[in-house]
Order: sequence, then C-alpha cells, then structure tokens
Amino acid sequence: MTLLLPLPIVIAFATAILAFFFRNGSEGRWISVIGSALMLVTGCILLSEVMANGPQAAQMGNWPAPFGITLVADTLSAVMVVITGITALAVSVYATADVTRDMEQQGYHALFQVLIAGVTGAFLTGDLFNLYVWFEVMLISSFGLLVMGGKRVQMDAGIKYVTLNLISTILFLSGIGLLYGVTGTLNLADLHHAVKLADPGLVTVIATMFLVGFGIKSAVFPLFFWLPASYHTPSFAVSAVFAGLLTKVGVYAMIRMFTLVFTQDIAWTHGLLLWIACLTMVTGVLGAAAQTDFRRVLSFHIVSQIGYMILGLALLTPLALMGAVFYLVHHIIVKANLFLVAGVANRIAGGTEIDRIGGLYKGAPFLAFLFLIPAFSLAGFPPLSGFWAKYVLVKASMDLELWIVAATALAVGLMTIYSMTKIWGRAFWKPHPAGTVPTLSSLSLGTRMAMLLPISGLALLTVLIGLFPETFVQLATTAAEELLDPTAYLAAVLGEEPA
Amino acid sequence: METLVALMVGALVAAAVYLMLARNVLRFLFGLILISNAANLLIFASGGLTPDSPPLIDEGAIAPAAGAANALPQALVLTAIVIGFGLFAFALVLVYRAYQTMGTLNSDDMRLAEPEERS
Repeated sequence: MTLLLPLPIVIAFATAILAFFFRNGSEGRWISVIGSALMLVTGCILLSEVMANGPQAAQMGNWPAPFGITLVADTLSAVMVVITGITALAVSVYATADVTRDMEQQGYHALFQVLIAGVTGAFLTGDLFNLYVWFEVMLISSFGLLVMGGKRVQMDAGIKYVTLNLISTILFLSGIGLLYGVTGTLNLADLHHAVKLADPGLVTVIATMFLVGFGIKSAVFPLFFWLPASYHTPSFAVSAVFAGLLTKVGVYAMIRMFTLVFTQDIAWTHGLLLWIACLTMVTGVLGAAAQTDFRRVLSFHIVSQIGYMILGLALLTPLALMGAVFYLVHHIIVKANLFLVAGVANRIAGGTEIDRIGGLYKGAPFLAFLFLIPAFSLAGFPPLSGFWAKYVLVKASMDLELWIVAATALAVGLMTIYSMTKIWGRAFWKPHPAGTVPTLSSLSLGTRMAMLLPISGLALLTVLIGLFPETFVQLATTAAEELLDPTAYLAAVLGEEPA
Repeated sequence: METLVALMVGALVAAAVYLMLARNVLRFLFGLILISNAANLLIFASGGLTPDSPPLIDEGAIAPAAGAANALPQALVLTAIVIGFGLFAFALVLVYRAYQTMGTLNSDDMRLAEPEERS
C-alpha cells in the first residue's frame, strides 16, 4: 500500500532516465509513451484504492508524520494524478510525430518525463517544503522545454517566463520560512491544527504571500503576463502540456492551502480571491478577443478559465468546490487538446496566425470536427463537459445570491464563444489566402495517426464527461467534501482517530 | 541576533527590488539572486537563532535538551541554496543566449514574442 503512492513519481523518473540514455535513437519516444501509460495505470489503481478506502498516506523513510516527508492522496490528489497520466500519454504519443530529431537528441523526452514527475509529486505531497521542491523540479524542466530549439522568440519568451516564475518561487519560499517560524511545522495536516494556535493576523499576512506566489504560478489577474508572452513559442507538444498542467498545479496548490491551512480569516482571503476570480475571467477573455494568433488566443483563454476555478475556491461551498474540481479536470483535457489541434493546423496550413491561414474546414473536415468539440466544450455548450462545469459554478454563485458574479461568469462564457468563432471563421471557414487547400493527406500516415489519435481520444473523453457526468460529479463531490471536512485526510496522515 | 538578521533581510530585499526595477535584464537577474538569498536568510532566522547550543541529543535521551538550536531550517536552507544555484545558473545562461540572439539586454526592446504593433 505504501508503495503505491510514490510509484507514479518513481515511474516518471525512471522513464526519464531510460529515455535520456536512448535519446539518440527512436526508442526514446516509445519509452516515453510506455512510461506515461504505466503512470496512468498506477494513477488509476491509486484512485480506485482511494475511492474504496478513503485518503491514503505513506511516510517516506518510515519517519512518522509530522517529522518525515508524507505522501498523501485524497480524492482530489488521486484524480489529478490520473488526469496527469492521461495528458502525459496523449502528449507523448503526439510528440512522436511533433518533436524534431534535434530536440530528441537534446533530451526532450527525458525533460518531459521529469516535468510529469514534478507535477505528480506536487499533487501527492503532504509536506509544504516538499511541495516547493516539486515545484522546482517542474519549473527547471519547463525552462528547458520552453527554450528547446533555440529560436529567437523562444529566448524572448524564456526570459519573461523564467524571471517571473522565479519571483513566484521566492515568494513561496519566504512564505514557507515565515510559516515555519510561526507554527514550527511544515506538514500540511499538522499545519491545519498548528495555525489555529498562532496569531491570526500573522497567519493572514503569510496567507497573502502564498496567495501572490501561487497567483503568479496559476496566472491570475494581475499576475498572468508571463503566460500569454511565452506559451505560443515552444513546440506544440510542449505548449499543450504546459497549457494543460502547469497553471493547474498552481490552482491545485491554492485549493489545498486555502481549504486545509489558511481558513482563519475567510472574509479577507476568500473575499480577495472572489475579486481576483472575476477580474481574471474578464481580463483573460478580453485579451483573447484582441489576439489573432491561434495559440495566443488559447493562452489568454487559459487565464480566463483559471478565473472559474478560483471562483469555485473563493465561494467555498460544497457545490462551488465541486465545480472547481470538475472544472480543473475538464479544463486540462480540453485545453491540452486545443493546443494539439493548433499543432496539426500549423503543420498542414503552414502557420498559426489566423489571418494567414484558412481553408481548414474545406480541406480537413475531420480536423475541423475535432476542433469544434473542445472549442464548444470550452465555451460551455451542452452536452459537453464545459457546460456542466460552468453550470455548477454559476449555480453555486446564485445560491449565495451573488448575482453579479454569476452574470460575469455567464458573460465570459459568451465572450469565449466569440473568440472560438473567430478562430473558426478565419482559420477554418475562410479560404486559404495563398489559394491552397490544406489537407490532412499532406501528412504521412504515421504522423497523421500519432497526431490525430490523442486528439480524438481527448475529444472523446470530453464528450463522455458531458454525456455521463454523474460518475464525475460523484467523484468531484467526494473530493469537495474531503476538502471542506479534512477529518479523513488528517486521520490518514497523522494517524488520529476521527472524532 | 534575530533583529540583526531581520534588518539584513530587509536591506537585501530593498537592494534587490531596486535592482529588479532596472530595464537591464542582467541587473534584474542580480536582483533576483539577492532576493533569493534574502529568502534563505529569512528561513535561517525563522528557526530562532540560539548560539552555543548545538542540537545534540545526550546519551540515553530521545530528544535534545530544551533550548537547543533548531536544525531543520538549516537543512531547508541548504536545499533552497542548492535549488537556487541550479535555477540561477540556468537563468544566467538564458540571459547570455538572449543577449547573443537578440543583441540587447534592454527589456523594453525584447518584443519578439509579442504581436507586431499596429498603428
């Protein structure tokens, strides 16, 4: 049992090492695919274990909590590990066709797997300093992936991404230092008790530091500027995994900290979060409306969608948190998929600037169909996954009679449709300015399979969540209940009997 | 002792913020290195600075005597220093490469990844 928790992380690291040794041949990419599949399988086993027996914890090196490093999986963590596995598998299959020989030799697959290990570790850890370490693992590999290829735009993007993320790291680290000074512990479950004994004013100051640190990581208003400045520059496989997972780790950390630890002054912290959520939704979607590059439009939409997840956290009702968890899962699938579609469009139409491409509907109707599913899901059309995610959050804010918040969420959904139709109208419907018709048959069969298979798989998943939301709602509800009432989590980590 | 270290952290942060407000990316990076060291010192001080009481456990005892120094922040600082060193080595190389490819260190001129301005 205690072996199961570190297993996804160990698999990802082992895959990284193997892939690094085989980076000169074509074996590396298949090692990466197999490793991701194995990680997904262990993630699923972990999730079924958590669903059957409640939160699971493992003490590394057999040091009892709160002294040693704890790995802990409650429903939210386990779900996030599974979704990381799904994204990793989809992107690693896509990468077999998308990533160039040069990048493979520079160790793309190894870095990618280290990134996945970092993300998984961040989801599974039950220790604050350990969380910082996983963030760093994730960050350093994402730096490498972002500038890999060495194009001039990537250097420019790299500078902004690296510097602003380092500031966030330092804020996070200072917050950890201060919190340790005040409470004398770093174990999240132990902190839950310890902050109650501390001076609430001091804890609120520290909470705000964490808020800013995680805020930069998860790209909320007004700290999101590094995201649209960098996500459109690396290779498509890289930007898909960034878009899917990286900011969501920040959101996850925020949800974890502001439900388990920082609940001493909800009026201030969560009131602030509510403002942040609304402003993030609005600025993100307005930014997207002004862009004309496929990936830049999508990047601004990430920002806008992060607002919805923060909204769920800010409202802090069971329904709202359930919505936030549902949104996290839905968003990772849909957003990664849209970036993958952008990659195919770039291949066959020769660019991502939507004014300079076109004719994709005529030449590649299947791709157009595959774009439409995640795009509509993102905008919240029934019966796709995004509809339920938005519906739950709007309902949660209406239950609290926050009419303006609910109206904002709905209006932002409408604006999302606007930018999706903009991409549709210009990149898909309008004829190609060069007079050519981009077709999928211009790609070799192997490339076509490697690119369209993951896109179709993720699109199918979106439809499935939309058509059969019950299972997923059940899971998200359990996750939300565990967040609001962490008795089982505390019992798993500290070995306390539930009162 | 703690007051002294706290003042030092404050001075470091102030100097770092001053450097980070510069348009020159290299100055920004130096500011970042300073502020990360300020964060390290902050963690160091957060455990309480107790001179002349090493965290050693007497023979037969299971916990160090009361008033012993807290060794954990020092372990944390060591980890943070190592991680920070790696990150800044990367950042320095990145700034150098950016200077080579773009020919400038002025952040105002770094607009390659931004859309072209339309007049």
